[in-house]
Amino acid sequence: MRDQGLTLSDIQISKGGQPLLALDTHVPPGEVLTVMGPSGIGKSTLLSMVIGTLPRAFKATGRVLLDGRDITNLRPEARHVGILFQDDLLFPHLSVGDNLAFGLAPGVKDRRARIDAALQEIGLEGFAARDPATLSGGQKARVALMRMLLSEPCALLLDEPFSRLDTERRGQVRRLVFDVAKRRGLPVLMVTHDAEDAKAAQGRVIQLGAA
Amino acid sequence: MKLSTIIAALGLAAMPSLVLADTDPADWPAVTAAAKGQEVFWNAWGGSTTTNDFLAWVGQRVSEEYGVTLTHVKLTDTADAVSRVLAEKAAGQDTGGAIDMIWINGANFAAMKEQDLLFGPFAEQLPNWAVVDVDGKTVQTDFTVPVEGYESPWAMAQVVFIHDTARLADPLPSMNALLEWSKSNPGRFTFPQPPDFLGSTFLKQALIDLTDDASPLQAPATDENYASVTAPLWDFLEELTPTLWRQGRAYPQTGPRQLQLIADGEIDLAISFSPGEASTAIANFQLPETARTFVLDKGTLGNASFVAIPYNSSATEGAMVVANFLLSPEAQARAQDPSILGYGTVLNMDALQDDQQAAFDALDLGVATLTPAQLGTALPEPHPSWMTRIEADWIIRYGVSE
Amino acid sequence: MLRGGVKLSWLPILTVLALLGPVLAGLAGTIAPALGWLPGAGQARLSLDAFHALLDWPGFMDAARLSVVTGIGATVLSLALVTLICAGWAGTPAFRWLEKLLSPLLAVPHAAAAFGIAFLIAPSGWIVRAMSPWLTGWDQPPDLLIVQDPYGFALMAGLVAKEVPFLLLMTLAALGQADAPRSLAVARALGYRRVSGWLKAVFPRVYAQIRLPVYVVLAYSMSVVDVAVILGPNTPPTLSVQITRWMSDPDLAFRLQAAAGALVQLALVLGAMAFWRLGEFAVGWLARRWVRTGHRGAADPLAQGVGLFAAVAAASAIILGLLGLAIWSFAGFWSFPNLLPDGFTMRSWDRHIPGMLAAMWETFVLAAAATSIALVLVIGCLEAEHRYGFRPSNRAVWLLYLPLIVPQIAFLPGLQTLLLVSGADMGRWPVVAAHLVFVLPYVFLSLADPFRAWEPRFGTIGAALGAGPDRVLWRIRLPMLIAPVLTAFAVGFAVSVGQYLPTLLVGGGRVVTLTTEAVALAAGGDRRAIGVYGLAQTLASFLPFAMALLIPALLWRNRMGMRDA
Repeated sequence: MRDQGLTLSDIQISKGGQPLLALDTHVPPGEVLTVMGPSGIGKSTLLSMVIGTLPRAFKATGRVLLDGRDITNLRPEARHVGILFQDDLLFPHLSVGDNLAFGLAPGVKDRRARIDAALQEIGLEGFAARDPATLSGGQKARVALMRMLLSEPCALLLDEPFSRLDTERRGQVRRLVFDVAKRRGLPVLMVTHDAEDAKAAQGRVIQLGAA
Repeated sequence: MKLSTIIAALGLAAMPSLVLADTDPADWPAVTAAAKGQEVFWNAWGGSTTTNDFLAWVGQRVSEEYGVTLTHVKLTDTADAVSRVLAEKAAGQDTGGAIDMIWINGANFAAMKEQDLLFGPFAEQLPNWAVVDVDGKTVQTDFTVPVEGYESPWAMAQVVFIHDTARLADPLPSMNALLEWSKSNPGRFTFPQPPDFLGSTFLKQALIDLTDDASPLQAPATDENYASVTAPLWDFLEELTPTLWRQGRAYPQTGPRQLQLIADGEIDLAISFSPGEASTAIANFQLPETARTFVLDKGTLGNASFVAIPYNSSATEGAMVVANFLLSPEAQARAQDPSILGYGTVLNMDALQDDQQAAFDALDLGVATLTPAQLGTALPEPHPSWMTRIEADWIIRYGVSE
Repeated sequence: MLRGGVKLSWLPILTVLALLGPVLAGLAGTIAPALGWLPGAGQARLSLDAFHALLDWPGFMDAARLSVVTGIGATVLSLALVTLICAGWAGTPAFRWLEKLLSPLLAVPHAAAAFGIAFLIAPSGWIVRAMSPWLTGWDQPPDLLIVQDPYGFALMAGLVAKEVPFLLLMTLAALGQADAPRSLAVARALGYRRVSGWLKAVFPRVYAQIRLPVYVVLAYSMSVVDVAVILGPNTPPTLSVQITRWMSDPDLAFRLQAAAGALVQLALVLGAMAFWRLGEFAVGWLARRWVRTGHRGAADPLAQGVGLFAAVAAASAIILGLLGLAIWSFAGFWSFPNLLPDGFTMRSWDRHIPGMLAAMWETFVLAAAATSIALVLVIGCLEAEHRYGFRPSNRAVWLLYLPLIVPQIAFLPGLQTLLLVSGADMGRWPVVAAHLVFVLPYVFLSLADPFRAWEPRFGTIGAALGAGPDRVLWRIRLPMLIAPVLTAFAVGFAVSVGQYLPTLLVGGGRVVTLTTEAVALAAGGDRRAIGVYGLAQTLASFLPFAMALLIPALLWRNRMGMRDA
């Protein structure tokens, strides 16, 4: 079963010849690996390497495997890796429903019904026609999560995902995200500097730049 | 037979500047047949809204009558069209040129004719040439240069002076009188800046009026006689210039600009090459109703406006059809109507049928237009070499003085 | 990194070709005749005769001096005013009001603005009329040389009124990148007054950003033709006006002289830029000494007042001028010193509208074609930059400015000759290509910042959701950037509408637009006709700006997140 999940095999990232970080680990399905460290250490760069948008200034070696598939050289859109940022990044020109439809694969039938069902699942029934800018922070976070889930990712990356939410919502959304990941058996790679996040994830924690 | 066709084709390909491809102007039915569907680009000065309107009307009529599409390419200076044809010749573009017809006369015609840039001769083969007043109007020479059928006349022009009678009540009989008046009313007269053709015309008009013997002007200027013949002009300008509008430190750039200056109350007197212009301008609110015109006692310069066809025109037949239409009694009567254009006709009234004559007689020439009798003698234009040298000298003396 | 989607890497090369090809070809076509080579006119001998003839023209020194003095003068004044306006008022409500007032004036074609201003300031113009005869006692206009004065003051004033909006908009874009509000706040907290604080803390960074636009203003002001014909002196005129006159002389020898003049004009522009560069060092050195003095700015209120007054004066000159044109287009007889016409009539419009429709259509087709091509190229370049990580060097930015800095009069006549030789001449498409040379830089400058400022994580999200680069571009990036894209289109459209020399020379006179018609009519001085065409020209420029405001507002009326995008 070592094949299932997200494998970061002998990853080394450098910038201008200066090594930035090195990592060799495996995240099994349904588990959360939390990467912590001070800002500027390259946490987000690690995520961009996994998702396939590493900026040119950086050099990366090693391989990324997802469920046994080598995705290191695949285009971002072919990797089936979902990501959530600290901002919801809902497309401001699309309605809530169209944002969800954007995540849905083109071949999927009954799109209307799928979207209505998805909205119901996150407690936003009847919100399809709404302007995303009129939603509350927690609602936006849920739509962003659902949009990502509809694209049926095989792994989930979280980039400081809860830091913009107020304390009350943060716990709520955090629970929702981890529950969904566990239920769907998704390996999760989270970078954060919030110890609460790490604790709630109940998984392994890697400290970068601890030395 | 076949061989000769091939040879002819090769000859044409090798010498595209030959006009063999064009229809013989004398075969008029063939000309009109070839003209049908052609698009004629008429390059003509576009600074006057009344002429623009008239040209648009011509376009409408030749389209109805002959299926010729006429496009007025509005120039700021006729010389633009001349240099365009020159540039095309320089580039070896001997057919399919951009310009099919040019409103032209004087130095531009002389330059184009001399450099073989014109199609022709065609003018005297046009059907309406029969009614042109060959004896009474200077239509076979253009600024003393023989026309020889390389351009077709369409309007007569004569120098008149426009004055606002509210401020300058009486006509001035001579250039010396003009000088005296300007001295006692400084800043109230100007003329378009040479080499604008109207400004140059003022210089020529002044010279002819001031000189005792105008006969040398009909031959090319020589180094020997130039200084002595033009001396009266420079003496005159030496006195006149400081009394001009803006002390002669700035000039209007074109003729119509003077009308605006009269309407603005900046000047009281202007030169015009169109006896009907003042009446037309009053009707168009461009001049006060008190504007009138006069000519000098010794007469004023007169010349004809022509149309010419570049040697590489893409629509030679269409252009000939337009040239012929311009000579029709219908077009000529319309051009003479001061509410339309106010240009003098080139036709011989006696050669017209009665109803055609009646159309001219019925014209109300307008409140500010002199009758043909009042216009009097039209003096012939000097040889172009005079104008070229006078312009160049004027520019050195007054055109770059600031 | 592997990135899919349509191949775009060839687009930057094509764009550079479209920008520089015509300029370099045209320069070659100018240099040859200047050195005596113009076959077909019997001139094929290398010589410097053309330059000798140029130097022998008695007006040469004065014309060259006029070009240099008016060009540098207009640039110094424009830059000084824009600096004072920003220093005195940036961030205040008055500034936002000024910004709204001045921005649309950018679209007013130069010729129309110049006419309007000429009617305002002439001795028989509106300002004198407003004061006559009750105040001045003048029943007829005074014989004063105001418009077309030999020093070029009227020309400079006209140029400043048109260049201030341009420089101000460029400065606004730069302000965003210079972290201006916080720098100013720090300076003020240290006890500096507004203007001094802004000049010392913000201006150096802003100037670095607007240096190239300033050079554009310098080159343009030195070599402009249409404005100089209307407002500049004529005894002699500026060098570029004289070159245009020689270009249209029937005597072909003058074409060689014109080509030589064009090269001298180019040299003057380059020399003036070198001089300006030296000036930058000198001013920089003096300014650093001034900064070290620690003066907090005693003359500030005065500077603030001058800035506001000048900005309002520049805007009013153009707006009142246009209003004057509008009234002329409806005027019956209207003489001095009446403030308004004796009567109003539709006659001028009735006369001109039928003839104007074809020109309007041509104007629209040319502008739409040139701007659409420019937009495709620019978006392609910017997207290639994004996808492949191309980062344009400083030199590439210079390339973009090259067509704006090389005087039009230096390469367009040569371009015409070359097009003729190659047989590619005639008609609409060569004119579109010529317009593209001038439209492209402005479209690029207008779109580049918003395009680059777009949040790239939207693209990451899109890719993570399975969308390829093309889908991200069409479905996310361009819809989100619709407002700046439309604004860039409007800018390009207005630039194309205003083109005179390229349309005239490359179109061989056969391509008739509102602008060529307006300038041709200008020769006649018929204010009513100029009014009609000037207004039509201005409207043609304004329409796309109105659409650029209206379309996003309609499209996103239910999208709060797109309001301030």
